[in-house]
Amino acid sequence: MAEKAASLSFQDLILTLHDYWGKQGCVILQPYDMEVGAGTFHPATTLRSLGPEPWNAAYVQPSRRPTDGRYGENPNRLQHYYQYQVIMKPSPANLQELYLGSLKAIGIDPLLHDIRFVEDDWESPTLGAWGLGWEVWCDGMEVTQFTYFQQMGGFDCKPVAGELTYGLERLAMYIQGVDSVYDLRFNDAVGDRPAVSYGDVFLANEQQMSKWNFEIADTEKLFRWFRDAEAECKASIAAGVPLAAYDQAIKASHVFNLLQARGVISVQERASYIGRVRDLAKGSCEAHIEKNRAEWEAKFPGWSL
Amino acid sequence: MADFLLELLCEEIPARMQAKASEDLARLFAEKLAEAGLKAERLTSYVTPRRLALIAHGLPAQTQAVSEEYKGPRTSAPAQALEGFLRKTGLAQDQLEDRDGVWFAVVEKPGRATVDVLAEAVPAIVRAFPWPKSMRWGDASATTESLRWVRPLQGIVAIFGEDLVDIEIEGVRSGYGTLGHRFHHPGEITIGGAQDYAGKLRACHVIVDQEERKAIIEARARALAAEAGFELIEDRGLVAENAGLTEWPVPLLGRFDPAFLEVPPEVIQLTLRINQKYFVLRDGAGKLAPAFICTANIDAVDGGAAIVAGNGKVLAARLSDARFFWEQDKKVPLAEQAKKLARITFHEKLGTVADKVDRVAKLARWLVEEGIVTPATVTPAQAGVSSPGASTPEMPASAGMTRETLADLAEQAARLAKADLVTEMVGEFPELQGLMGGYYAREEGLPDAVADAIRDHYKPVGQGDAVPTAPVTVAVSLADKLDTLRSFFGIDEKPTGSRDPFALRRAALGVIQIVTENDLRFPVAEGDLLDFFADRLKVQQKEAGVRHDLIDAVFALGGEDDLVRLLARVKALQNFVTTDDGANLLAGYKRAANILKKEAGEAGQSQTGEEDPGAALDDPDVAEAIRVHEEAFPSAYEREPAEAALIAALDAAEPRADAAIAAEDYEGAMVALATLRAPIDAFFDSVTVNAAEPEKRAARLALLQRIYDAVHKVADFSRIAG
Repeated sequence: MAEKAASLSFQDLILTLHDYWGKQGCVILQPYDMEVGAGTFHPATTLRSLGPEPWNAAYVQPSRRPTDGRYGENPNRLQHYYQYQVIMKPSPANLQELYLGSLKAIGIDPLLHDIRFVEDDWESPTLGAWGLGWEVWCDGMEVTQFTYFQQMGGFDCKPVAGELTYGLERLAMYIQGVDSVYDLRFNDAVGDRPAVSYGDVFLANEQQMSKWNFEIADTEKLFRWFRDAEAECKASIAAGVPLAAYDQAIKASHVFNLLQARGVISVQERASYIGRVRDLAKGSCEAHIEKNRAEWEAKFPGWSL
Repeated sequence: MADFLLELLCEEIPARMQAKASEDLARLFAEKLAEAGLKAERLTSYVTPRRLALIAHGLPAQTQAVSEEYKGPRTSAPAQALEGFLRKTGLAQDQLEDRDGVWFAVVEKPGRATVDVLAEAVPAIVRAFPWPKSMRWGDASATTESLRWVRPLQGIVAIFGEDLVDIEIEGVRSGYGTLGHRFHHPGEITIGGAQDYAGKLRACHVIVDQEERKAIIEARARALAAEAGFELIEDRGLVAENAGLTEWPVPLLGRFDPAFLEVPPEVIQLTLRINQKYFVLRDGAGKLAPAFICTANIDAVDGGAAIVAGNGKVLAARLSDARFFWEQDKKVPLAEQAKKLARITFHEKLGTVADKVDRVAKLARWLVEEGIVTPATVTPAQAGVSSPGASTPEMPASAGMTRETLADLAEQAARLAKADLVTEMVGEFPELQGLMGGYYAREEGLPDAVADAIRDHYKPVGQGDAVPTAPVTVAVSLADKLDTLRSFFGIDEKPTGSRDPFALRRAALGVIQIVTENDLRFPVAEGDLLDFFADRLKVQQKEAGVRHDLIDAVFALGGEDDLVRLLARVKALQNFVTTDDGANLLAGYKRAANILKKEAGEAGQSQTGEEDPGAALDDPDVAEAIRVHEEAFPSAYEREPAEAALIAALDAAEPRADAAIAAEDYEGAMVALATLRAPIDAFFDSVTVNAAEPEKRAARLALLQRIYDAVHKVADFSRIAG
């Protein structure tokens, strides 16, 4: 483990990864400005993994998991946290080496720490997507999900994209050697301007949002929002604006997560809601493909859906 | 003669797939060689997380030349026939031989270079490799026709002797180069051939032989445990898994805070083994030790200190979670937890889990009140949970219990048995269902018999698992399984083919094991469900060496829903039919049944030849007609001696068999039937059934019917093979 003083702050961890992946030819995007459960939902991954065009991108994505909220009392669980997402299409032949290079860049020496690729296949029922890959272990801790997408929105990925998802807080806790996420150094002191901790930035947010997610959110409104988003998504698909439709699919997905946190969705209803969200996501993917298909086929002779 | 080396380098192969993949490679390779007429002296296969390798020792440089001879048309045949033959063989007429007026062609097939055979075989094997799950990747995946492999294929080494076997699969070209350990030797290394493969890789921190890696892990883990004053809890599956995750395995020992040991040991073991793939240790007293052994894939520059520290931290976080769950769960009594079961759907047509619990509780009580499960169901020596290897069983908590107490305890245990499903711990570790309920029940101070029943009520979960014998546990376990079976059969959700989503086969097997182990006497089921039990019983008894046709023979009598009685009958039958008397009686019976069947057929029923030979005979009308006929013509003729002897034997055997069956003495019934064997043989030897005189014929048919009926008191012999 790196020396405490020498270890990266949370923001430097992000900056280092940006710098590293930018140099590998990735476009460094900003987070998507909507509430999502994981970095995969960003259209830069979901929609861009469809079609034949090469695409290489990296970005931070705030991820909201309302049911994981613990009112700021659990040192390891948050309802809002950050994922670092890399997507490379087609998957480069040396993607594993590139990934290991990123670990070295953030200070993890693979001759000091035990890095392992442990089988873990990925599936997202709400996105109609699956892939094969690993969870990457560092000294017994899962630090990254590494996946070769095989299908997205129910469509075969042609070509296959490689996806890396780093859990930033967990990685930072490891690098900084702290036991509570709230103790992470967000940045370092500069002169008389003091360092700020992760807790300084987010503890109040966790407390209040946990309360809202679990206790306050008006479930009648949530149900209405879900129906509205669903209707808007379908209308946008019909109107030929799949990117707008996909936004609404994301919205419906997040509202569903909130309804789950409020405990108002029964076990039977749950499957039906997941099916509705999947239909929206798949419908948006389908519309996106249809909109671009002719252009893709023209630009990439031999490519077919 | 030379050796062939093949290495397929790829990204990390899932540990659980490696052993099978290694076997498949050797098998497919041997098959391909055999097709070309080649055979290696010996095949050695290796597998690591990043490579599948194979060495074929002692392959000839060429396949054998073969000379094949074809016979053609006669020399006198028309010209077209000869032309056709020449086309087929690819020869000219002057190359044919004339042997006594017939053309013969001799085609010499030269041997092929083995290198060429190999260059064809390897791509074919790779393209058709039976991975349980495979994927596409990279540039080639722009089409779905691209090569599929378990993870991206990165390199091929194929060397025959010292010569490269030139192979290209999807842009991956064979060569002499491979990679060493991912971190210790990231650069390319050059392999000379089969002879230096394992050695060169070892020098680059890769042990290619999985068995050697397993041995290293096992030996080192044991030594580390011993150095720390502990003992390794052996776990071969975990050894294999860790050998499948490492090319250079380095076991390391770490410790955790002994305060975590207040959590049940099963929870700690699961956390270590399943989540972290660590080995578990025990101390001198046999209790879990506050230590773990992880298996790293590197010789760390600091000797492993950072790795141990990191793993220790991850483990501490997980154990803290587990302890938190344990403490939270203990605060809520199981009876409170059980109320939450009303929120969980058991099945959309069968209500909630709470509904199921209510049915099970009533059934468990009923089983006791009806005297099916009794306080004395088992002898004290058997009490608890029976298992073949179990030592020193304790006195049962139920000793001296009244039926009323037992009924109360059974109902209480049944009402709490599923409560742990809503605890935090079981939410996290579903495989601890039952076990955690048992712990929480004991923590609450509930009676041991209740806690034991909650803990063990899922048992047995398969052949070989311990079968409950403690009365409270028996009542709850049996009621739970019977309810599941009756409920799903009630809504017509029966297993079909390989589909058994509600594990009904396992439930039925569990019932059979509990009922037979504890000698429980009651009608287990009726209708379809009883047939289902019959099928399960056949499968289960087959493993115990019982013939399924004998089980059929007893079930075919109909109405037998007491599994204990049924098995006693089957057992007696099996002993009997393997004796001389039994085999001969069976032969005599079949002869009688065939004659009767023919008779019934001639009486106007259409026959397809597929019928049960005795089906018509069980028709009361036919039997009655024969009986009436017999009464109408009593002793109208002089009986032949063998005929009279058979009547006398039947007169004597029938009441004996009846009495024995009533007493459930099936051996006795068989002995009684055995006395019929000689008279039947004599009867068929000297008496003509199909006599010219109608009254003789009728009387003799009636006699055959008596044999048939007598035998059917024990089993439907027509179902018995042989």
